[in-house]
Amino acid sequence: MADASIAPTPLLKDELDIVIPTIRNLDFLEMWRPFFQPYHLIIVQDGDPTKTISVPDGFDYELYNRNDINRILGPRASCISFKDSACRCFGYMVSKKKYIYTIDDDCFVASDPSGKKINALEQHIKNLLCPSTPLFFNTLYDPYREGADFVRGYPFSLREGVPTAVSHGLWLNIPDYDAPTQLVKPLERNTRYVDAVLTIPKGTLFPMCGMNLAFDRDLIGPAMYFGLMGDGQPIGRYDDMWAGWCVKVICDHLGLGVKTGLPYIYHSKASNPFVNLRKEYKGIFWQEEIIPFFQNASLPKEATTVQKCYIELAKQVKDKLSKVDPYFDKLADAMVTWIEAWDELNPPTKGSVANGKA
Amino acid sequence: MSQANISESEVDIVIGALHSDLTLFMNEWRPFFLRFHIIIVKDPDLKEDLQIPEGFELDVYSKSDIERVVGSSTAGLFSGYSCRYFGYLVSRKKYIVCVDDDCFPARDNMGNVVDALAEHLFNLKTPATPFFFNTLYDPFRKGADFVRGYPFSLRSGVDCALSCGLWLNQADFDAPTQALKPGVRNLRYVDAVMTVPVRTMIPVSGINIAFNREVVGPALVPALKLADEGKLRWETIEDIWSGMCVKVICDHLGLGVKTGLPYVYRTQRGSAIESLKKEWQGVKLMEDIVPFFQSLRLPQSASTAEACVAEMAKTVKEKLGQVDPLFLRAAQAMEDWVKLWASVASSTG
Repeated sequence: MADASIAPTPLLKDELDIVIPTIRNLDFLEMWRPFFQPYHLIIVQDGDPTKTISVPDGFDYELYNRNDINRILGPRASCISFKDSACRCFGYMVSKKKYIYTIDDDCFVASDPSGKKINALEQHIKNLLCPSTPLFFNTLYDPYREGADFVRGYPFSLREGVPTAVSHGLWLNIPDYDAPTQLVKPLERNTRYVDAVLTIPKGTLFPMCGMNLAFDRDLIGPAMYFGLMGDGQPIGRYDDMWAGWCVKVICDHLGLGVKTGLPYIYHSKASNPFVNLRKEYKGIFWQEEIIPFFQNASLPKEATTVQKCYIELAKQVKDKLSKVDPYFDKLADAMVTWIEAWDELNPPTKGSVANGKA
Repeated sequence: MSQANISESEVDIVIGALHSDLTLFMNEWRPFFLRFHIIIVKDPDLKEDLQIPEGFELDVYSKSDIERVVGSSTAGLFSGYSCRYFGYLVSRKKYIVCVDDDCFPARDNMGNVVDALAEHLFNLKTPATPFFFNTLYDPFRKGADFVRGYPFSLRSGVDCALSCGLWLNQADFDAPTQALKPGVRNLRYVDAVMTVPVRTMIPVSGINIAFNREVVGPALVPALKLADEGKLRWETIEDIWSGMCVKVICDHLGLGVKTGLPYVYRTQRGSAIESLKKEWQGVKLMEDIVPFFQSLRLPQSASTAEACVAEMAKTVKEKLGQVDPLFLRAAQAMEDWVKLWASVASSTG
């Protein structure tokens, strides 16, 4: 039975880090100040480390540039992308908090249809703190939302749901289209506010966008590797996609939930479609092989932790995708390096239990 | 693959009349119903004569018609909410839209009246995308598209065979839920349609649906009757069973099922607490029904909806027969339905 209480959402200010990749500046934080100020920020500076990124006053933050990443990870720094916002996953790794919210620096506060400013972080927290329902689709979407519930026919034994590992938010204004679509529809703007949060069913893959994303680091953190993109790599703009496919397979295996829908942010900047096309080009073809790979990926019963699942996936990537391009061989190695780095920076505390369950 | 446009001549509206006075219902829907042919099937258990306002192009069927067409022994399939299935059987159209007779046109967030007919037909004529989830929901809606990361080979989609709409005001909750929250009304208009992913099961509510009769007509089966089935939705699960059959068959045949818009405004009636006594059986049975359908696989050789239903009936008998005699009757009903479909409905254009 869904909880109809309207208790305020906890702030979780000591349990959540906000990770922001940037190469420009962080002026956009001014707009987010009412919502973000209580939280600790982890800023991952991409690009030229000699540049100084100025952070607006009053925020509590730590900032890492490429030199810091190299210093902290040593040779393992090779798994962190350079000159691509994929470097943000370094922030996930160094965080000591339970929850992460990551947002792009061109994402502004959106307004709902009534004109009210949307506290995206609060909605993400709500999403993460209440269960997901991946095993049976609820036609009224999130049954735990105020004013909603499970519909007739929804088995009672499934109404407790499972823990939520990921909350995937959406974007008004500039939609997250790929380059070909951007070229065909340069003026299209997403003006439709869909007032729903829903669980992505078990066994279904989705394109995870990293622009407005929150997750439970304890439940799924090690799977949030954003891959090898940018400088020296044959592909870009597939960092979050790659993480999303790995995350979904692992969540399905471990009985965790992934939600999508609210909250919306306002995506202000359209990236250059020609630049994007060059970055995405190989991905558009490779994705035709990658998707069936993930759709058919299965993890053994013995993989009971995220790390074990991820290492197993890396093996399968090497076995099955290397023939598509040698890039996947490198990526599989980087996936293993990432887990080694994660475990080194996040040693298991005494008495910690295996996250999730197979 | 999808229809360019669905013309009125391809559509039947089917209304199962559980109330005798349809005046308000038909008049409220008049602007939207007027251009279509309507089939009204009177619940055989309803004693009073139907009151239907003038001006519609319609055919009305009652108990005697049902018995004449299918024989008095099989007529039992069509009592209560299941009377509508008789309408599906005798229709000669490609598409059916079906709405409960206690539902009215809804208003969207702008205050505009929703043309549920047009929205259902849009859902049916545009492709469904069951193999990969699009985070911007229906990519074929105006102002939307496939997002970055959506494989190009999956962007043409598949035919949509079933469109499941939703309800404002009285949502389709079960009796225990409504009994515990008597004041809850669904006020949230979610402006989205989406495809239900392949192999994902959903509880299809029969209150507000539309489907491609030519392709999946036989898959909507009037099969599962609760022992104490009543005249309120809380007291039935026939549509839930039927919907699971359709979803498994659509997944098997490579067809799509959509859910979301359109909304209808559902009026409130009955007592959930009273209904609890009847529906509890349904709630209990879902615990067996859901795992059964989730693991159901059909043989490659079943390439039509009829063949799929025949196969399913066999499996229902085998796997659920011992759980409750209700399921044996459901399996029999499914077999009868396939035969009826072959003899009565097969002359469809």
